[in-house]
Amino acid sequence: MAVITYRQAIKDALAEEIMRDENVFVMGEEVAQYNGAYKVTEGLWARFGDKRLVDAPISEAGFIGLGIGSAMMGLRPVIEMMFFSFVYVAWDQAVNNASSLRYMSGGKINVPLVIRGPANGGTNVGATHSHTPENLVANFPGLKVVCPATPADAKGLMKAAIRDNDPVFVMESTVLYGMEGEVPDDEDFIVPLGKADVKREGKDLTIVAHGRSVLMALEAAKELSEKHKIEVEVVDLRSIRPLDEETIIKSVKKTGRALLVEENKPYCGIGAQISHLIQRRCFDYLDAPVHRISAVDAPAFYSPPVEKVQLPEAPIIIREALDMLNVKR
Amino acid sequence: MSTETKDQAAQAKQDLFAHAKAPINQKLTAEQKIKLYTDMVRIRKFEQAALQSYQKGKMGGFLHLYIGQEATAIGTISLTEENDHIITAYRDHGHALAVGMTMNECMAELFGKFTGCSKGKGGSMHYFAPEKRYWGGHGIVGGQTPLGLGIAYALKYRGLKGCCLCYLGDGAINQGAFHESLNLASLWSIPVIYIIENNRYSMGTSQARSSAYPEAGLASRAEGYNMEWDRIDGSNLYEIRAKVHVAMERARNESRPMILEIDTYRYYGHSIADANHKKYRTKEEIEDYQNNKDPISVYQQILVAEGVLDEDKIKDIDSAAKEEAKASVDFAENSPYPPAQELLTDVYWTTDNPGQHSNQGRMFFNDRLPWDDEYQA
Repeated sequence: MAVITYRQAIKDALAEEIMRDENVFVMGEEVAQYNGAYKVTEGLWARFGDKRLVDAPISEAGFIGLGIGSAMMGLRPVIEMMFFSFVYVAWDQAVNNASSLRYMSGGKINVPLVIRGPANGGTNVGATHSHTPENLVANFPGLKVVCPATPADAKGLMKAAIRDNDPVFVMESTVLYGMEGEVPDDEDFIVPLGKADVKREGKDLTIVAHGRSVLMALEAAKELSEKHKIEVEVVDLRSIRPLDEETIIKSVKKTGRALLVEENKPYCGIGAQISHLIQRRCFDYLDAPVHRISAVDAPAFYSPPVEKVQLPEAPIIIREALDMLNVKR
Repeated sequence: MSTETKDQAAQAKQDLFAHAKAPINQKLTAEQKIKLYTDMVRIRKFEQAALQSYQKGKMGGFLHLYIGQEATAIGTISLTEENDHIITAYRDHGHALAVGMTMNECMAELFGKFTGCSKGKGGSMHYFAPEKRYWGGHGIVGGQTPLGLGIAYALKYRGLKGCCLCYLGDGAINQGAFHESLNLASLWSIPVIYIIENNRYSMGTSQARSSAYPEAGLASRAEGYNMEWDRIDGSNLYEIRAKVHVAMERARNESRPMILEIDTYRYYGHSIADANHKKYRTKEEIEDYQNNKDPISVYQQILVAEGVLDEDKIKDIDSAAKEEAKASVDFAENSPYPPAQELLTDVYWTTDNPGQHSNQGRMFFNDRLPWDDEYQA
């Protein structure tokens, strides 16, 4: 196992799948000659050429639609969004076409498409570039959504997404690209879609999180253990749709407490869905009401210190956990 | 008829026969010519039967009739070869029948029956037959234009010599997705042919009120993208075939995109929702087209003059198509509705193919299903 960055892990996944299957190509703004706005595809154009790495003009509806049309014909396009916030420009293609074509054709058409790129806030780029649309995308039956939080998951989920016969959105986290971690070298290493991961075992409280929030939860869990002898279990959803409900339920039944952390806005957020699940399946096991931490319900703030307050950071998670356990702060 | 319109009619008539001499039309045998005629009549009879059924309350949703535009679907699709593909918008019945979908599966889809081409999940706007290289049937104006580009992109990617015919209405030319598609098609030399079926109205809004500079021709927008374009009389099957054939050969051999604008007309409203389509156009305008430019009458005239068709044959074709359409109504009528459980099939390949793929986690978020015993009680 090599220690590589989250960015490198995604690049390795793309390279391996390009080599494995001639139907795989990557298309997006600045993905080829410029080497990727976030350098995720750095070096791939030099290695695989114009056919497999395609620089698209700034026209999301055009090239996402092109991706869908070519996927209908059996190609496996990986479409990069320079920022996931730009997916709204092509919302018609993403939700009217990608999510519905299999259904409306009575199963005659498949759309083996991946749409990937950096999502989430935390980089001080203001409201237009900081969206976390995973809850919106997950709202459409026909689409799958994954949010890797570690390099290994980034590689494994990306490979699974490319091999999947349904349209999958892979939402990477901008602030995680430089993070290092151990990643298996096996070319067939995949992380199955729809399988959550217990990133830390604990007995006092379950934190359910995805994406960057997982790291915040782990940081909080470490401090809660060291300073307060509180053992937090951290469940990383990894996949938003399909959703691994059993892992969540098992953990909450064990700890009796659930704290849901997400960078999404609270209204109609993923935490609302998980909260519903827990009240329905774990009601008798709960020792405290389910708590939620989300981004503060406003468009993303530009000013760096204020954006930091807007997003769920470790100190907030610690405070909420102590409240749930009636521990004096 | 004024002298002027008489002159125009004479001119038009001359043009009809001019295109009969195009090589692609000269190759047609008498049998093939009759088949083209029959296929147009079949579309019309199907649409008439669909309209009657709609009026009897047999189906839901919208119904976008193709009557008046038959020569476009038949003229263009009769030119397709094994690597050519077709995609269209919501006025899709004509193209569906032209590619060889049966009246039964098409009518049953309108009735929302399980025997419909999309199992009753798509309706009028969403017919599909990928095995016939027919990719639908798309409900959002202009939304199919980048998909057609993608289909043609896949042909080029695989090194196949073919093209994609992507149909759109005149209203779609003002959609952003269409302009993005044109830029990409020309930039990357993709063999897609955009066929604007210009029936003069985007729903109830005339071209003068919806498109800037309509007098230049809608297809002339191609020039801004360094693409070739042409305008075709949509009432003349031979002209359609002659000009579209040239475009398709070019797309296949040079991998260049093109826009073709086919001037046509619809006799009914945009859909059943504006059945009172006379609000935005005059009775005279509709009758003028029906009397002088009807694509079936025009072609019939040509074939009679060529000695291919006679009165008896015309009657036979007419009644056979009528019978076939009536039988499709009976078929639809007698077919079952889809079971409610069909709500949860064809959403994901994964859930329809358990065991063939890693299929973990929950995919659908229904607490209870309407067909569960718990819910019934």
